[in-house]
Amino acid sequence: MGLVSRGAAEAGRGAASAVDRPGPPDAVPNPTPTPPAEGADPGSSRPGMVLKAFFPTCCASADSGLLVGRWVPEQSSAVVLAVVHFPFIPIQVKELLAQVQQASQVGVTVLGTWCHRRQEPEESLGHFLEGLGAIFSHRPWFQLCRERGSKSWSCKATHWQGPASPAASGEDQVMLIFYDQRKVLLSQLHPPTALPDRQAGDTTASAGGLAAVFDTVARSEALFQSDRFDEGPVRLSHWQSEGMEASILVELAKWAAGPVCLFLACLLSLISAASACRVFKLWPLSFIWSKLSTCEQLRHRLEQLTLIFSTRKAESPAQLMRKANMLVSVLLDVALGLMLLSWLHRKDLIGQLADALIPVADRVAEELQHLLQWLMGAPAGLKMNRALDQVLGRFFLYHIHLWISYIHLMSPFIERILWHVGLSACLGLTVALSILSDIIALLTFHIYCFYVYGARLYCLKIHGLSSLWRLFRGKKWNVLRQRVDSCSYDLDQLFIGTLLFTILVFLLPTTALYYLVFTLLRLLVVAVQGLIHLLVDLINSLPLYSLGLRLCRPYRLAAGVKFRVLEHETGRPLRLLMQINPLPYSRVVHTYRLPTCGCHPKHSWGSLCRKLFFGELIYPWRQRGNKQD
Amino acid sequence: MEDEQSFSDICGGRLALQRRFYSPSCLEFCLSCPRITLRSLTAVTCTVWLAAYGLFTLCENTMILSAAIFITLLGLLGYLHFVKIDHETLLIIDSLGIQMTSSYASGKESTTFIEMGQVNDVVINEAIYMQKVIYYLCILLKDPVEPHGISQVVPLFQSAKPRLDCLIEVYRSCQDILAHQKATSTSP
Repeated sequence: MGLVSRGAAEAGRGAASAVDRPGPPDAVPNPTPTPPAEGADPGSSRPGMVLKAFFPTCCASADSGLLVGRWVPEQSSAVVLAVVHFPFIPIQVKELLAQVQQASQVGVTVLGTWCHRRQEPEESLGHFLEGLGAIFSHRPWFQLCRERGSKSWSCKATHWQGPASPAASGEDQVMLIFYDQRKVLLSQLHPPTALPDRQAGDTTASAGGLAAVFDTVARSEALFQSDRFDEGPVRLSHWQSEGMEASILVELAKWAAGPVCLFLACLLSLISAASACRVFKLWPLSFIWSKLSTCEQLRHRLEQLTLIFSTRKAESPAQLMRKANMLVSVLLDVALGLMLLSWLHRKDLIGQLADALIPVADRVAEELQHLLQWLMGAPAGLKMNRALDQVLGRFFLYHIHLWISYIHLMSPFIERILWHVGLSACLGLTVALSILSDIIALLTFHIYCFYVYGARLYCLKIHGLSSLWRLFRGKKWNVLRQRVDSCSYDLDQLFIGTLLFTILVFLLPTTALYYLVFTLLRLLVVAVQGLIHLLVDLINSLPLYSLGLRLCRPYRLAAGVKFRVLEHETGRPLRLLMQINPLPYSRVVHTYRLPTCGCHPKHSWGSLCRKLFFGELIYPWRQRGNKQD
Repeated sequence: MEDEQSFSDICGGRLALQRRFYSPSCLEFCLSCPRITLRSLTAVTCTVWLAAYGLFTLCENTMILSAAIFITLLGLLGYLHFVKIDHETLLIIDSLGIQMTSSYASGKESTTFIEMGQVNDVVINEAIYMQKVIYYLCILLKDPVEPHGISQVVPLFQSAKPRLDCLIEVYRSCQDILAHQKATSTSP
């Protein structure tokens, strides 16, 4: 078996493929999987192992030459990056590879020979190939071959010890994997889960073989800088060899970006310095600024713009995507705002709105008055405590009266204010929506006040009731131990306590009803404001650039790869096509979401119900630790 | 080299298993699910249209009828594109990995590729599914932190749901390739 296999190997090398002159080919002998001889260099092959050769599709029609790329021993795969054509001087090739290696930190070497022949090879080329293998010593040495005009490929990988012991050579099976070089260069792999406790040392090992291929191609840009119109010493064939890819617009934009960014960065720093000055930190102003969601939104946008136009280059692709997403989001926002503005002005809606505002406010106040009259009577057939009812009802009615007078006082200025507010829509739709939310908050301020009064009264009552209930049972709340302890009360304490308890219990329905009605009204207003904030958050955080990239250039965002087995004939090596599996849309949104102000309600439904039951005030969203009116 | 066998799934429908043998290190299994039948399609369409007609006689609004037509069309398109899986393919390549592809009735394909470095083993598991106990083939993924632990279980052929005899065929071939891969990848 050993003699026969060695003989086959010799014959295979003898009738090897042509190099630069089209020689008549024989049928290339099938690469028999011979076990490598003992003494083969350790760590590179084991009996019956299959080597993988990643071959770029652009080089499949290139002329014969040398294969240049990187050998990854851990995955026993060779990543072919380019083909060096004949004629060449080996010294120059080695110099070029050394340059590329220094520039890109990728171990680029000569991996083997490639021949694209038309007819039978000549005898002398077989020896020429052996000579090449001796000059560029790389183990294993690949010999890829393709017949012109047909789909039959052949490849061998040999390990030989040199001319001293030509018999001790072994061959391995090779699997060809074709990949689109341009797409692999431009794409970015998104691994499924990033584990938190991964050390820095084993990133390459646990990153997987395919990530190494992507990494190799991406970092070897220095190799792809020369095309076939360059008059360099070495002629390469790769994805850019037909001509370097560039775009005039992109180059102009890059050239103009420098000064523009500088100018805008100065402008933005001026604005942020002005807004951070001490005048605005005085108490009434700072209180108002913290309450209005418009200021929050403006601050958020200012931060985003500062980040976009900062003169520091983006360090990682994730940062670049974030900048691009922010820019597209800001542009879309401004575009939508301008559309809204033009629509408002075209129909003269601002005037109509201003005219309609006062009657609407009047109508709301009237409805509230009717509601209070209803509560002061016998609401839903329930019997209220007359005196408390009258007190609360009159108090709230007076409050409404004050509010109406205030609105009427403001009425001459409403249109002017609204017009200026409408102008702010050119800053963006989000700003206009935040202003709308603030206007709703201001207009329903009386409802908020009623809710607070009702909630406080109810809360007081509930606390009193719970404490007196404990007294009724002979227990006491121990503040030190934070628990309920038994306690012996005096008789007069018990008497007064029970009396108060009874009074509070009988007054409970009235207070509870007022509390219920105003809480429902307040929750309605909160729901409307919440919807507006949800819309603002959506516009703020949606990564539109990433979604557009996924739609138009799906290979840029890769979730992984997929393989397709190409036509296979027995005896020929296995050929696979590696394509990029794009990221699903849900993962794109999840990965590239922009951070928002974080104005989400922090309660769960359970804690919300608990707070409602005990009369604690609900603050639906907190912005940076401040409460929202 | 290609051969085809006929099996049945857990509900009794007919499945066709196509096995393609490219090389000792590369194998592909293609399991075709039972097709959508004219009977079920007609039944669903008639039900929807009868319900719409019933509503129409109550409300006398012709929009209901056109809405029913739209709903039927969109529902059928959505079902073919997002729900109905035509065939599922399993491609095992020694030293590269395992790839699962689901092809939908509208032609859409969704592919997942798992590298061989992450694969611990391929096993047949038992599961309780409603009132039945079924077998399913799954890939066990390695835990990067713990060398012999399992981090995830990826079930295969979830829409086709073949029975044990079909699973055993696939399992044997997978184990051959995995054993060969383990033998050749032990470090010297």
